[in-house]
Amino acid sequence: MNSPVAEEGCNVLDSQEQARFETLVLPHLDAAYNLARWLLHGGADAEDAAQEAMLRAYRFFNGFRGGDVRAWLLQIVRNTCFTWMQKNRHGKDTDEFDEEVHGLPSPTPEALAIAADSRGRLTRALESLPSRSREIIVLRELEGCSYKEIAIITSIPIGTVMSTLSRARRQLQLALTGPANKESIHDL
Amino acid sequence: MICDRAGTVVHGYFDNELDAAGAAAFERHLEQCSECVDALDDLESLRSSISLAQLYERAPAPLRKKILASLGPEHPLAALPSRTVWRWLAVAAAFLLIAYASWRVTPVARSSSYESVLAAEIVDAHLRSMQPGHLTDVISTDQHTVKPWFDGKLDFSPPVQDFGDQGFPLQGGRIDVVHGRSVAALVYVRRKHFVNVFIWPVDEQDRAPSSGSQQGYQWLEWRKGGMEFCAISDAAPSALEQLQSLLTSN
Repeated sequence: MNSPVAEEGCNVLDSQEQARFETLVLPHLDAAYNLARWLLHGGADAEDAAQEAMLRAYRFFNGFRGGDVRAWLLQIVRNTCFTWMQKNRHGKDTDEFDEEVHGLPSPTPEALAIAADSRGRLTRALESLPSRSREIIVLRELEGCSYKEIAIITSIPIGTVMSTLSRARRQLQLALTGPANKESIHDL
Repeated sequence: MICDRAGTVVHGYFDNELDAAGAAAFERHLEQCSECVDALDDLESLRSSISLAQLYERAPAPLRKKILASLGPEHPLAALPSRTVWRWLAVAAAFLLIAYASWRVTPVARSSSYESVLAAEIVDAHLRSMQPGHLTDVISTDQHTVKPWFDGKLDFSPPVQDFGDQGFPLQGGRIDVVHGRSVAALVYVRRKHFVNVFIWPVDEQDRAPSSGSQQGYQWLEWRKGGMEFCAISDAAPSALEQLQSLLTSN
C-alpha cells in the first residue's frame, strides 16, 4: 500500500501494471463500447463514455484485486453511462415502459419472427426499452453474461436478476409487435 | 390461468441458470404445461432474432487508438473526451489536483475496488453539487416540503428531517446518481460547510458507521433500517458524527 504507485494515486501505472492493464482490461474494450452504445443510443456520447470508463478503470486498476475483469469493467461502464444520462437528461430516455403504447399483450411466435426479421426493427425495439431493461438484455443476449455477472455489473441482488430479465424480455417482445412496428407488419 | 413459472423459472431454465434438481423439476413441469412450452418457444425465437440481427457493436478503430494513446505513462488523462462540457473539465482538473495532493500526504487505504469506486463517486457527486445551481433541486428548510418532493421521483422514500435546532439546518434536497442508481441527496449546512447526505435502499443488515477521507473531504457511511447513508463534507469529522447520531436517533 505504501509503494510509490499507491502514493501517487493511480493516475500513472508502472510499466508492469500498465502491461497487466493492457493484457487484462483492454481486450474488453468491445464489450465496454457495446454496452455504452446501447445505453447511450450510440454516436459520439457512447464513444466518449467508453473512453471515460476506460480512463476510470485505469485510475482504479490498482484497486482491482483480480476476479472477473469484464464484470469489473462493465460495472464502471454502466455507472459512467448512467451518470452521463442523468447529467445530460436524455429526453428520449425513460425508466418507464408504457405497455398501452406498445400494444398487443401476447405476441405469437409468428408475429415475433416477422417483426424481428430485420435488424432495424430490432434496433428500434431495443432502443425503445427503458434503460434498465435495455441494459440487462444487452448484458445477457449480446454479451452473454451469467446471472452472477449481471448482478455484479448492475448492483442488483442475484435473486432478482431472473425476474428483471423476464420483465425486460417481455417488454422487448411487446415492443417488437407493438404499434411502432405494427405498420410494417401490416405492410407485409 | 397464468402459470407463474412461465414468467420466471422458464428464463432460468432457458439461460441454463437452474441447478440440476431445479432443471429436472422444471422439465417434468414442462411435460404438462403448454404455457411454459410456448414461453420457451418465444424465448428461443427472440434469441435467434437477436442473434440474426447482429446487434453487437464493436469499438471503432479510432476510439481504440485514442484510448491506447491516452493510457501512456506520460499523461494518461490528457485526452479527456472531446465533447465533455467545460464545467466537467474544471471539476475533473480540481479533483485530480486535490486527489494527487491528498494521496501524496495520506495514501488511501482501499480495501476493495468496490469501496474505492464508491468513495470516489461520492466525492465526485459532492463536488458536482458544489457547482453553481447544482446543490438542490428543491430548496426548503421544511422537511414537510422536502420529503413529499421525493415522492414519485425515487423508488423509495428517504427519511427527511430538519435539525436546525441542533445546528444542522436542512437546506433542501435533490436526486443524484451514485453507483448507477438514483439516490436521494439531502443538503444540510454546518457553519457554512455544506453536508451532502446520500441515501439509497440496501438489502444488507444495519452497519455501524465507517469513515474515511479522500481528496480532503470527510465521509461517514452507515446502514440503518434498510437504507445506506453516506454523509460527506469538508466540515470536521466530528460534525458528521453529530449529524449521523441525529439521523439515527429516530
